[in-house]
Amino acid sequence: MPVDRELPSREAEDLLALTREIADAELAPKAAEHERAERFPREVFRLLGDAGLMGLPFPEEIGGGGQPYAVYLQVLEELAARWATVALGISVHTLACSPVANFGTEAQRRDLLPEMVGGTLLGAYSLSEAHAGSDVAAMRASATPSDDGWLARGEKAWVTHGGHADFYSTFLRTPVDGDRAISCFHLTPDLPGFSAAKPEEKMGLTGSTTAAIRLDDVPVPADRLVGEPGRGMAIALGALDSGRLGVSAVAVGLAQSALDVAVAYAVERSAFGRPIAEHQGVAFLLADMAAAVESARATYLVAARRKDAGKPFSRQASIAKLVATDAAMKVTTDAVQVLGGAGYTRDHPAERYMREAKVMQIFEGTNQIQRMVIGRHLTSEVVPPAG
Amino acid sequence: MNIVVLVKQVPDSGSERKLDPADNTVARAAADNVINEMDEYAIEEALTIKEAQGGEVTVLTVGPDSATDAIRKALSMGADKAVHVVDDAIHGSCAVQTSAVIAAALGQMEYDLVMCGAEATDAQLSVMPALLAERLGLPQLSGARKVTIEGGTAKVERQTDGGFWALEAPLPAIISTWDTINEPRYPSFKGIMAAKKKPVETRSLADLGLDAGSVGLASATSKVLDFAGRPPKGEGVKVTDEGDGAQKFVDYLAGQKIV
Ligand SMILES: Cc1cc2nc3c(=O)[nH]c(=O)nc-3n(C[C@H](O)[C@H](O)[C@H](O)COP(=O)(O)OP(=O)(O)OC[C@H]3O[C@@H](n4cnc5c(N)ncnc54)[C@H](O)[C@@H]3O)c2cc1C
Ligand SMILES: Cc1cc2nc3c(=O)[nH]c(=O)nc-3n(C[C@H](O)[C@H](O)[C@H](O)COP(=O)(O)OP(=O)(O)OC[C@H]3O[C@@H](n4cnc5c(N)ncnc54)[C@H](O)[C@@H]3O)c2cc1C
Repeated sequence: MPVDRELPSREAEDLLALTREIADAELAPKAAEHERAERFPREVFRLLGDAGLMGLPFPEEIGGGGQPYAVYLQVLEELAARWATVALGISVHTLACSPVANFGTEAQRRDLLPEMVGGTLLGAYSLSEAHAGSDVAAMRASATPSDDGWLARGEKAWVTHGGHADFYSTFLRTPVDGDRAISCFHLTPDLPGFSAAKPEEKMGLTGSTTAAIRLDDVPVPADRLVGEPGRGMAIALGALDSGRLGVSAVAVGLAQSALDVAVAYAVERSAFGRPIAEHQGVAFLLADMAAAVESARATYLVAARRKDAGKPFSRQASIAKLVATDAAMKVTTDAVQVLGGAGYTRDHPAERYMREAKVMQIFEGTNQIQRMVIGRHLTSEVVPPAG
Repeated sequence: MNIVVLVKQVPDSGSERKLDPADNTVARAAADNVINEMDEYAIEEALTIKEAQGGEVTVLTVGPDSATDAIRKALSMGADKAVHVVDDAIHGSCAVQTSAVIAAALGQMEYDLVMCGAEATDAQLSVMPALLAERLGLPQLSGARKVTIEGGTAKVERQTDGGFWALEAPLPAIISTWDTINEPRYPSFKGIMAAKKKPVETRSLADLGLDAGSVGLASATSKVLDFAGRPPKGEGVKVTDEGDGAQKFVDYLAGQKIV
């Protein structure tokens, strides 16, 4: 039974129907096998690109789908319900496109964007370093001015699509006016000295490749700088606000699938003479799971609608990320519980969902960092109490 | 190269399908109606030919109002325009009558090639290409697993159990395709948007110069008199293994002439 959604247009309904059709036929049947084999599904992203699903929130003039975030995120959610690795990949790709789309020069937008948002090329977003995850401002990888551009060196860490991506929106330390601020670069793997390390061996999302990127004196042409020099941190954090909405939607899709698996099992499985769903202890667990999924969905949609309306949404995005990924962790854990011993085996997807949920509380800002962001917003926007 | 692709809307073969007990015709209202799967392969093949050789792909369907969904699907895959023959009098038509309607519609269109699925998943008669070939005086190349169009000639590999026949005919011709021929594309989001603006012409029986009495349930050449659901699966045979299980098992298979 597909999730019954309130969508703003017939166009959006058709888009969601297309998403479900492709996701059911091309994602759902492949997910478990790819995750087990730790195989990155590059070809699936080509298919989604051809279908026009790799650039949905970008304007039509630059080859995007012209969709509001509230619609794009529900597409992500449907994809995540079939295969979280792929939905996360689209979210990261969108994040990777955003610096050029929002801060690129006319020439960059004209020459680079069509193939990026059209999905021919797959993107990566490279901000973190081994010692600088939460504290990104502590990054060390750098770019120094050279005769005809920049020379990049250092090591970036944790890059989703590392080694598979065709372009990397990369944040590097640059000396600007004596100050060593951060700048954003559009790097491609063909540049000499650019290499990807052996992928991380992860607990979950094993179909999604995560790898460090080494930059050994990479000559970066001048026209690969995105936005003004020294503006990198603002570009990175602005993009992350939107990226956090993407992760929220992915988490809700995953949680919805876990709920569906649990409910289907609970009405089939009997113990003490009746379906386990009729034991109140299980029914209440399922009810709490449904409440968590639906409230998380509502929370990300509130933030998305603010973004679509042009209102500030950073606090709401952090709240959505916190609520949705904590919900996904709880719901997937409870789904394993509902399935009992079967839930702990790889014969059922519940244990995989649980492993996949965990990292969502960690990347794009850990949930402690989200609380920090929310707290800062609260104290900087103090309003006098009513009454 | 102008190609007309025949498209039929059918109840989804993946879900439960029913006949309407009132007149023993397909219960469409309650069904999950989709484009006949085999027709998607015909559309894909037509689009591939068009992309290589130019021209237009037109979709032709005979069916109720709801068949517009099947038309939209074909247009969103990339067909250029559509003709929809819709008339209440067509309800309950047999294959012979349906072929007369399709032939009349084709008579008003310009084409070098007509393509269709090798069978519709609801009735599975596989007779439409032959009936149309007869009515229109066109060569029929049915059951293709490969199509080549070259210099006014159509060449196909006609799929058979053991291999294929190589057939060839001058254009215009009618070709039906199996699902072995290609991998139909998904519509793209942009294709779906564009489809809304593509022209869909509707035609009534009167537009086609056909008499309403010549089609429909009342004058059909064949009628469904009765129907029954598939019988439930039998109990099966239980073999108790008393050390000779394998022997009993093989004896059973031999008894069924399976081994
Ligand atoms: C699968 C995966 C994919 C990833 N993909 C990408 C990617 O594509 N691009 C990219 O740039 N990065 C990516 N990352 C990196 C990710 O964003 C970081 O791992 C994350 O930001 C946390 O940083 P860290 O690992 O250095 O943890 P640390 O910063 O070392 O944090 C360790 C713990 O300390 C807590 N902590 C730290 N500071 C505070 C504080 N001030 N207050 C309270 N608690 C605090 C954290 O919440 C955490 O629990 C990915 C990570 C993973 C696991
Ligand atoms: C259960 C059932 C039993 C039936 N039994 C009989 C019967 O015994 N005798 C009889 O004469 N009729 C019968 N009919 C009616 C007949 O099937 C329809 O008239 C149908 O339009 C033609 O046959 P088909 O769908 O089997 O076509 P097929 O020959 O199997 O279809 C081949 C292709 O022809 C094209 N095509 C078929 N119908 C249309 C259409 N309406 N519009 C556009 N393209 C089309 C499609 O491309 C299709 O892939 C039956 C129908 C049903 C549902």
